Amino acid sequence: MNNPPKKYNQFRAMMALAKASFTSTIHSPSAVVFTLVFPLIFIVVFGFIGGGVFKMDVAIDSHIDKNSPIYQGLVGSHSVNIIENETDQEVESQLEKGKLDAWLNIQNTQPQGKPHYVVSLKTSKASADKAKMLKLILDDIVKSMNLSGIPKQEDVAEIRSTEISGRKYSTIDFILPGQLGFALLSTGVFGTAFVFFGLRQTLVLKRFFATPVKRTYIVLGEGLSRIVFALLGALFIIVVGYYAFGFTLIHGFATVINMLILSALGLIVFMGFGFIVSGIANNDNAIPPMANIITLPQFLLSGTFFSISAFPVWLQHIARVLPLTYLNDALRRIAFEGAGFQDITKDLLILVAWGIVIYIAAAKTFKWE
Amino acid sequence: MNRETPPIIKVKNLVKQYDKLTAVKGISFDVYDGEIFGLLGPNGAGKTTTLEIMETLRQKTSGEIIIDGLSVDKNPADIKAIIGVQLQAAGYYPSLSLVQLLELFSGLYNVDINKKEVLESVGLVDKAKAKFKELSGGQKQRFSIATTLINKPKVVFLDEPTTGLDPQARRNLWDLIKQIRDMGTTIVITTHYMDEAEVLCDRVGIIELGEIIALDSPSNLIDNLINQGFERKTEVKQANLEDVFLNLTGHEYRDQ
Repeated sequence: MNNPPKKYNQFRAMMALAKASFTSTIHSPSAVVFTLVFPLIFIVVFGFIGGGVFKMDVAIDSHIDKNSPIYQGLVGSHSVNIIENETDQEVESQLEKGKLDAWLNIQNTQPQGKPHYVVSLKTSKASADKAKMLKLILDDIVKSMNLSGIPKQEDVAEIRSTEISGRKYSTIDFILPGQLGFALLSTGVFGTAFVFFGLRQTLVLKRFFATPVKRTYIVLGEGLSRIVFALLGALFIIVVGYYAFGFTLIHGFATVINMLILSALGLIVFMGFGFIVSGIANNDNAIPPMANIITLPQFLLSGTFFSISAFPVWLQHIARVLPLTYLNDALRRIAFEGAGFQDITKDLLILVAWGIVIYIAAAKTFKWE
Repeated sequence: MNRETPPIIKVKNLVKQYDKLTAVKGISFDVYDGEIFGLLGPNGAGKTTTLEIMETLRQKTSGEIIIDGLSVDKNPADIKAIIGVQLQAAGYYPSLSLVQLLELFSGLYNVDINKKEVLESVGLVDKAKAKFKELSGGQKQRFSIATTLINKPKVVFLDEPTTGLDPQARRNLWDLIKQIRDMGTTIVITTHYMDEAEVLCDRVGIIELGEIIALDSPSNLIDNLINQGFERKTEVKQANLEDVFLNLTGHEYRDQ
């Protein structure tokens, strides 16, 4: 009973709180549904719809140089379905409807001496995504041949340089990071809002205030538990995607770690939204509409299901404001392109900027009682 | 109760002003070491406000409160370490088991505890694995009191602990509260049940509209009233309806 007074350890209190909060979270059906079940359903559905592999339908000109290394490389990439013997008119109309992704011709303009290939490519906005992929693949093949001065006829925007040499880009490679990003957003916003609102309403927070733990450590403890929970969810999604649907992890385990670090950053930013909602909601019925206002537009506009390049330009401007857009983009580049954090500094800076703005707002709106 | 030593709690001219309402209007009282001190009064009289200011959960407008030599202004964190607080409504993660919740509070208070002993002291050993939300009203209150004892506090604050409980559960809780006092812990309790205050409290302060209008032991207060010539209007019988109820249903406390 008469222990000498030890210095109170806030960290010990925080860890006890994090543990209790984590236990409470895994007993909460809604948390499990948002973090694991929803994203998994989407991944499974899209994983099967997409048939796994992401392929482009490319019509070729009847005079195409099939012996050219570019053509050989393209066929060897397993990313295209070659369609022959279509008339110009058919090609034109199918391109417009998005039934064809591109029309391609390759000619060697210098049959004598050093070969000089001209790659003519016709694409349409109807399948802007796949056209972009095709250009990336072509670009890559050309680069690897170390040729220069090949004029290309393009309908759509610039080509980003990446290292995707012949890699199969599956639907899962697009869908999984999007779902992961969205799961983090949902957990961050809904989870945090409901938990802090609930803790306040049921006087759990007040009971904590009667103990020597500091308020900052209460928030840190609760936050830590949510981060651990969400990251376990993320890991689970990645593992299922990898083993069941062939999700690409360029550098294997290192890529997983990078994705988890990025997920943690995204989650922390999104939790700020949750703090704001928990602060301004007057009753728990007000939480879902407010949380939906934050999550739904990002669900639809931030490249969760389809690339934002498929949107009209004015909508793209909106999409490029949303934080989830940058998390999704960064996750895809890390997983598929093998990008390091130094390659995605723009995405990271924008996320951090969002984080600063959100937490300033959260500090102003957060209510303890 | 020990009146030889200085009071363990000193409240002087405590004022709490909300926007337009003065909830507490300059009250003063002392609580002695080892007593059960009751704050009585109708709903809205300022009991809970006074209690929460003493618990460091609420800011006061003016006045002074010293608990075991510590000032609520200067050492709120030190006060939190030596008091136990039971809130009017339950404040626990509903889906955690009692053992898990005790672990949490052991961490929050930075003390190592024997969880089984703690549960034994409030008669909840067989509920160790039960979730908090599965407990009955009386069990919830007893568990809530258990969490206030984790840090071996010098003072325990209980805010209307028996409200909403059936007669058996109330009596059971009274016994528990007396046990805690007998271990040497000072208890400050609010209630609006006078029978409860009469049975439990060594001294009571009656609060009305933010002011203390009486402060003495229950028996002195009753004697004073009788000396003023007070008489009950109806003849006092040797038993009341609660006695009948308990006689019929038994004193035994039921764990649902």
